[in-house]
Amino acid sequence: MEVDENPPFGEKEYLLHLYIAGATPNSTKAVRNIKEICELYLEGRHELLIIDIYQQPELAQGEQLIGIPTLIKKRPGLIRRLVGDLSDRPRVLAALGLPATPPR
Amino acid sequence: MLPKAPSGIDGLDEITEGGLPKGRPTLICGSAGCGKTLMGIEFLVRGALAYHEPGVLMAFEETSEELAANVASLGFDLPALQAQKLLRVDHVHVDRSEIEETGEYDMEGLFIRLGYAIDSIGAKRVVLDTIESLFSGFSNQAILRSEIRRLFRWLKDKGVTTIITAERGDGSLTRQGLEEYVSDCVILLDNRVIDQITTRRLRIVKYRGSTHGTNEYPYLISEDGISVLPVTSLRLEHKVSDQIVSTGISALDEMFGRRGFYQGSSVLLTGTAGTAKTTLAAAFAQEVCQAGGRCLYFAFEESPHQLIRNMLSVNIDLEAHVREGNLMIEASRPTLNGLERHLVTIHKLVRDFQPTAVVIDPISNLISVGNVNEVRSMLTRLIDFLKVSNITGLFTSLISGSMQMDTTEEGVSSLVDTWISVRDLEGVGERNRGLSILKSRGMAHSNQVREFIITDKGIELLDVVVGPTGIITGASRLVRQLQEQAQEVSARQELARKDRELERRRRVLEATIANLRTEFESVEEEFRQLNNEEHDRQKGQVMDRVKAARAFSPSDTSTPNNQQPNS
Repeated sequence: MEVDENPPFGEKEYLLHLYIAGATPNSTKAVRNIKEICELYLEGRHELLIIDIYQQPELAQGEQLIGIPTLIKKRPGLIRRLVGDLSDRPRVLAALGLPATPPR
Repeated sequence: MLPKAPSGIDGLDEITEGGLPKGRPTLICGSAGCGKTLMGIEFLVRGALAYHEPGVLMAFEETSEELAANVASLGFDLPALQAQKLLRVDHVHVDRSEIEETGEYDMEGLFIRLGYAIDSIGAKRVVLDTIESLFSGFSNQAILRSEIRRLFRWLKDKGVTTIITAERGDGSLTRQGLEEYVSDCVILLDNRVIDQITTRRLRIVKYRGSTHGTNEYPYLISEDGISVLPVTSLRLEHKVSDQIVSTGISALDEMFGRRGFYQGSSVLLTGTAGTAKTTLAAAFAQEVCQAGGRCLYFAFEESPHQLIRNMLSVNIDLEAHVREGNLMIEASRPTLNGLERHLVTIHKLVRDFQPTAVVIDPISNLISVGNVNEVRSMLTRLIDFLKVSNITGLFTSLISGSMQMDTTEEGVSSLVDTWISVRDLEGVGERNRGLSILKSRGMAHSNQVREFIITDKGIELLDVVVGPTGIITGASRLVRQLQEQAQEVSARQELARKDRELERRRRVLEATIANLRTEFESVEEEFRQLNNEEHDRQKGQVMDRVKAARAFSPSDTSTPNNQQPNS
């Protein structure tokens, strides 16, 4: 799948799912990190869904979750899984296909 | 007593004395192709079907579909079990290339998945196959190890009986040292090739809080799943029978104090080549069937048809019993299968056929399959199994000519109750067959070596003929018999001659007596004659004298007195 310049109607370019497990330190750190990245790099271009698997354990099998937290980039391009609290920003950006410096 | 969860796997529960530790993790490790996954799946399937304990299979290597297809041939219907909510399969896909590690994480996802799967069907059993795959997907070993430790703790707290499979490592039980975390029960599977024959073996390395069998037990993957041997009780506690079964040869029966073998005992029949071991075994099989029993005959040398034909030539009709269904002849080449496969086949057939007697002809052929120790241990198990089932077992064994008696190659002699030896009695220019009983537990037996011959009427034991140098057989026996006959004839003739001699003597004597009597009579006659004459003469003189006296004087009274001095 190529990077889709024109996402389907009404949908953002980036679709990110972040699976966390309650309020564990790793999870809260991951939420903080992804929010920061989105603000800096994906202003208005993304849709972020944060899912607590304690609340929806039935999703864990379908999404092949093992390590928590996991960020799944559903769009654009290939599905990528990012395991960890997302504190290693260069790797996160590389995996998401974003430039190393903020677009400003 | 530690609570145990029966695995339902043939034989494993006997070795573990009841099953795997209930509510605790068990590690099953082994190299590739040992059947670790299969053992795990069988544990779940048997648990679900036999013990109503639903199970969760967390598969890290194969997908649900692949697993279902793999075990379908064993009769395990995973999709059906899943539909009945007795089983839940969760394939955990681990792929390094898809995972980007971006910081601290834990394995909570796995816990949630497993927890959800367990809770959704109320599972009591869990199999993790093979959790080591995680090590290929995640680089942070420290996290993985602590998380795996936490996982086992968590499973224990949940109270599910867990099997964790792991690949065998170099110098350690598992590649990732999982045995460090699972310390309740460790089972080691091994797959080794000796002399081109593969043997699978199982050993319980540890079992905390319970005694267990410590040996290496052969196991195999058959069409019914995994069978671990022994499938018998390991103790010598079987009940014994007081009934007697005939040997099939009445003269042989008579050599035993109670006229036969005990029902449920084991009999060893050893002999060199061509000593009619098979014939004796067949005679026994026939007898069992005729007495209303059922006999299972394992022929490792001949095909059933050949056996039937050959035995018919000595008046042992096995075919009739085969047709009636009392006799089953199972023929196979020993090298066709590994030892434990043979044992399982025997077990399976015995279970299916329910015989009262089993004949294995010969056990010595099994040596070509394994080494002496293995054969011995297999036979021990087999004999135990038959004894426990109260089945009479008759085993023939070929011993090589050079090896004399007392050391049968398998060394099974100490295991068996009755030992009959047949051997060649080699004499001048001929061989004859001799049979003797070396031992017979629990009854008196004859100590004689009996010669026997095989005629078209069957086996006949001949009477013992003892000569000056021992027992006489064959032609010597005939010679001896002829000699005896001749001696007898001459003795009879001698006796008759003596009788005649006596008779003659008697007659001679009688004749002599008659002669003497005649002689005596004639002498007597003569004497009597003389006597009479004398008498007459004296009478005449008296008369004359009286006459004379009368002539000379009328008084005659004084005459004789006067005359006396003159005469």
